Amino acid sequence: MSSIFSLTMLAESIRIAVPYTCAAIGGVWAERAGVIQIGLEGILLTGAFTAVAVTHATNSPTLGLVAAIGAGIALSLGHGQLTERARVHAVISGIALNLFALAATRMGLRALYDSASNSPGIEAYRFGPTGATGGAMLLRVLADPVFFLALAAVAATPFLLQNTRFGLRVRAAGENPVATASVGISVTRVRLTALAVSGAICALGGAHLAYDQQRFESGMSAGRGFIALAAVVVSGWRAGRAALACLAFGMLEALQIVLQDEVRKTAIGDLIQTLPYVATLLVLALAPRRAGAPEGLGKHAAD
Amino acid sequence: MNDKRVRALLPIVLAIAGGILIFNLIAFAFGEAPASALRLAFEGTWGTPYGLGQVLFKATPLLFTGLAFEVALRAGLFNIGAEGQLALASLVGGLVASKLPASLPMPIALPIVLATAAAVGAFVAFIPAILRARRGVHEIITAIMVNRIVDAILPWTFSTVLGSSTLRTADIAPGAALPRLDRVVPSFAGSAASFAFPLAVVIVFVAMALLERTRLGREIRWVGFRPEACRAEGIDVERRLLLAMLLSGAIAALAVSSTALGYKGYYELGLGAGAGWSGIAVAMLGRGKAVGIVLAAIFLGTLEQAGLAVNARVPKEAMDVLEATLIVLVAVASRVAFKGARAATNEGPEPAPPRDKPTPTPASEEARS
Repeated sequence: MSSIFSLTMLAESIRIAVPYTCAAIGGVWAERAGVIQIGLEGILLTGAFTAVAVTHATNSPTLGLVAAIGAGIALSLGHGQLTERARVHAVISGIALNLFALAATRMGLRALYDSASNSPGIEAYRFGPTGATGGAMLLRVLADPVFFLALAAVAATPFLLQNTRFGLRVRAAGENPVATASVGISVTRVRLTALAVSGAICALGGAHLAYDQQRFESGMSAGRGFIALAAVVVSGWRAGRAALACLAFGMLEALQIVLQDEVRKTAIGDLIQTLPYVATLLVLALAPRRAGAPEGLGKHAAD
Repeated sequence: MNDKRVRALLPIVLAIAGGILIFNLIAFAFGEAPASALRLAFEGTWGTPYGLGQVLFKATPLLFTGLAFEVALRAGLFNIGAEGQLALASLVGGLVASKLPASLPMPIALPIVLATAAAVGAFVAFIPAILRARRGVHEIITAIMVNRIVDAILPWTFSTVLGSSTLRTADIAPGAALPRLDRVVPSFAGSAASFAFPLAVVIVFVAMALLERTRLGREIRWVGFRPEACRAEGIDVERRLLLAMLLSGAIAALAVSSTALGYKGYYELGLGAGAGWSGIAVAMLGRGKAVGIVLAAIFLGTLEQAGLAVNARVPKEAMDVLEATLIVLVAVASRVAFKGARAATNEGPEPAPPRDKPTPTPASEEARS
């Protein structure tokens, strides 16, 4: 059991938490601006695929990262165009976005690599010391440029939302779109800008997921976008707390990996894999009822 | 044809036209002459009796999952958990069907299996339902969590509980099997279409009629868009939400009739997967009408079968891309038609609920448009 309290465990938890955190921060940006965004899952997946496809083609993980962010922004803005301009119901648009991302990435796998399941391996970022000790692993996780960008996003989000003119407008559009529009601010424009930020940060998480595995696998986001949404809800739509919730999740998942070998022999067996999802359900069931949701979530300035 | 009917049909026509255009673009991107890919798709589906039988076979589970999404949508709920509901129900249904004595006649065996499956489907839907009704947690997040949990329970049941080396149940009892349609339509020979198809069509029409004509059906719809007004009227909102979701799960589970009972004769891991997601597209294209749901399921069944027909030249995943795009296209197109309708008549599209001054849009209409 000593393996549970170790540097290895900490490194694993942080590494696993990054995609969750990026998606959750993306969720905070979209929903604080008043746009329901259940398409985070699809953006994670598309980000992962784009990052791998471009890295594979150019041998540059940096170009892959830039392309992933671009794809994330494009999808997120697509969602915004549908919900804010065409007034499609945000949940329907989000479901379609997720289905589209799953199908399009699978089609991409077939088209580019003639495979139904995964891409060929890629050479992602390699920084930090080599070696299998916990300390070396932790340093490698922390030296990853994608992790650094994610950390910057976590740190900058509360500051931008609370202390800048743009952040104020985002919150106003999310809390009361009608009042916001009445003082001459374009709610649609504010929301689309917030969605672009949301898509960029979420796609970052997708790139981290793919670079971590050094390849793309069909459906590799595996519900992370939805767990991230749960983190947003539990945190009361606050970025810092959402990031902490995601870190707690990373720990749970790391714990599950450590326990897997021991538990597999018992009757619980593979059910240990359900630990993160059961935990999410429990937290949602026990958390206070919808505290902190933006008042104007899903509402429009004029209809 | 009157204006109203034109407005109801226009979004579908626009969406399908857009869908064909997108399919052509995808085919073109894969280096195929669009017309030839279309011809291939047609020949593999409506071009032969076998192809047609396969279309009906593919459409059958979508009838159930489409109806399931529609029922929940009436209450303003998004049941995106049909995938997990159907999977666990199919496993338990398949197990029960395989344990029944071989001599049990169909009128007893079939209802037992279908009722078991429906109960399991409702049970799986109960978790998101109760969390939504009692705790206000959005059913989308919880339904996905439940789907992931079911994904782990299935192989665990086979390996740990049953100690089986394969990921399939034993063959089902003959009384639980639904015969193939080629018994009455010989030219369907070879296709997997079974009596589950007419069963599904009947269930869609009956369920939709009940939703329209019964008090409970109307209440389910009202709680979706005016929960406060319903509470004031003494309607137990939480109970109606719960009921709509359980009903939805039970209906999704009945899709087992077309897979394990009507096709394979046993349940194996992954059988029926994907139907839960396509059901969402069926409900969106079906526009809240029984005929619409049937036509939409046949249309998407055609897409699925066409995907197999063109797979050698254009990946069948193109059809899934198309399906996702169609959901959006029909929503945008109907929004445009809906706006036009409101501007023209200056009134809402639905009869007013009790004690409501302005005519609001029911949750299901809101989501569709």
